[in-house]
Amino acid sequence: MAQEKKSKVSILTNGIIKENPVLRLVLGTCSTLAVTTAVSSALGMGAAFTFVLVCANIIISLLRKVIPGKVHLPCYIVIIAGFVTIVQMFMQAYMESLYNALGVFLPLIVVNCIILGRAEMFACKNSVVDSALDGIGMGIGYTLTVVLMASIREILGSGTWLGFKVLPDSMAKIGIMTQAPGAFFCFGLLMAGCVWLETKLDARIERKSCCDIDNLKKEAE
Amino acid sequence: MLVKLAAIFFSMILVNNYVLVKFYGICPFLGVSKKLDSSVGMSGAVIFVMFMATAVTFPIQIFILDPAGLGYLQTIVFILVIAVLVQFIEIFLKKYVVALYNSLGVYLPLITTNCCVLAVTILVVDDYGADVAALGFGAAYIEALVCSIGAGVGFMLAMVMFSGVRKRVEACDPPAPFKGLPITLIAAAITSLSFMGFGGIVENLFNVTL
Repeated sequence: MAQEKKSKVSILTNGIIKENPVLRLVLGTCSTLAVTTAVSSALGMGAAFTFVLVCANIIISLLRKVIPGKVHLPCYIVIIAGFVTIVQMFMQAYMESLYNALGVFLPLIVVNCIILGRAEMFACKNSVVDSALDGIGMGIGYTLTVVLMASIREILGSGTWLGFKVLPDSMAKIGIMTQAPGAFFCFGLLMAGCVWLETKLDARIERKSCCDIDNLKKEAE
Repeated sequence: MLVKLAAIFFSMILVNNYVLVKFYGICPFLGVSKKLDSSVGMSGAVIFVMFMATAVTFPIQIFILDPAGLGYLQTIVFILVIAVLVQFIEIFLKKYVVALYNSLGVYLPLITTNCCVLAVTILVVDDYGADVAALGFGAAYIEALVCSIGAGVGFMLAMVMFSGVRKRVEACDPPAPFKGLPITLIAAAITSLSFMGFGGIVENLFNVTL
């Protein structure tokens, strides 16, 4: 990563398309599946997530020479948890309905693998400005993807988009799309669509879940 | 009391299954469920850590955070407790229970950042924290612990079931874009569909309202 100086624009767009955290890197799947029942909660989660990611990236990048290598993970977790708490308090005070809709997934941003992954892979090696840009790019990439998925699920499942009526009443609604199986199904279809596009554009990558057991066993050896 | 505990236990496994219904711990669900032995090992480690984490964090919330008015520190305190606990369990097992360490050791580092552990510690406080005033700390504590074990067993059920599903899926020949993770997700959708059939079963079986 360090061999060539990347332009600021490429760092910013990296997270949106090339390394889209949800569809290409397959990180942070739990929150993706859970918050996409409605576009409003997907937008809220995207905003909360982006705020935490950008702030955590900036602070971790600032402290990258201070944090000792041996305890870097606990340090990152504390920094991230601090910002998550700020978001939680803010939402509870000003956006009560969104706070209730997101529920436990708001504190669960702490253990979201995208944020920890960016801290580990990017922020601890790069300058503050680059890390902030990377955070913004990744945040936008995540938000766009969850909003896209939420749009599909909300339109098909309840016939609305962001609360506005889209489908006429005469069309039957596929209630299952707003429930748990619909989330898996929609995510699978989107990912397959993404793979299809990659094959067309000749940019295919191998996808692996972030906790892939084969990677772990390799690391252990 | 026993009936209520049984109802809590089974509702955590079937109705509120953490993986397939509530989406906690999807990463290990997709990454580790490739083989039966690794899914059993991972879920064993998750059950163990969930139980220990709930056993530690529930009293912390009731006796330290709540009386001191520090409820907003919950997220930071809980994640730190879980991180320390996982480290401690790893060291302890490595030194004293080598056999268990050999089978669970690979999975332990994964668990700190596993959402289902943090989720269960936060959710039991939400669900059973109020019972402390009504039933006394002991009863609420037992309910919380049973809930955490139920969540872990539910995780195990989903993992073990899905490793079987996956074996069959891998032998199939789906359209090229679906190969790998996409078809796995579609299979997960169908597995999750089967769990929707359990809705309401616990209330009717045990005649209680949860």
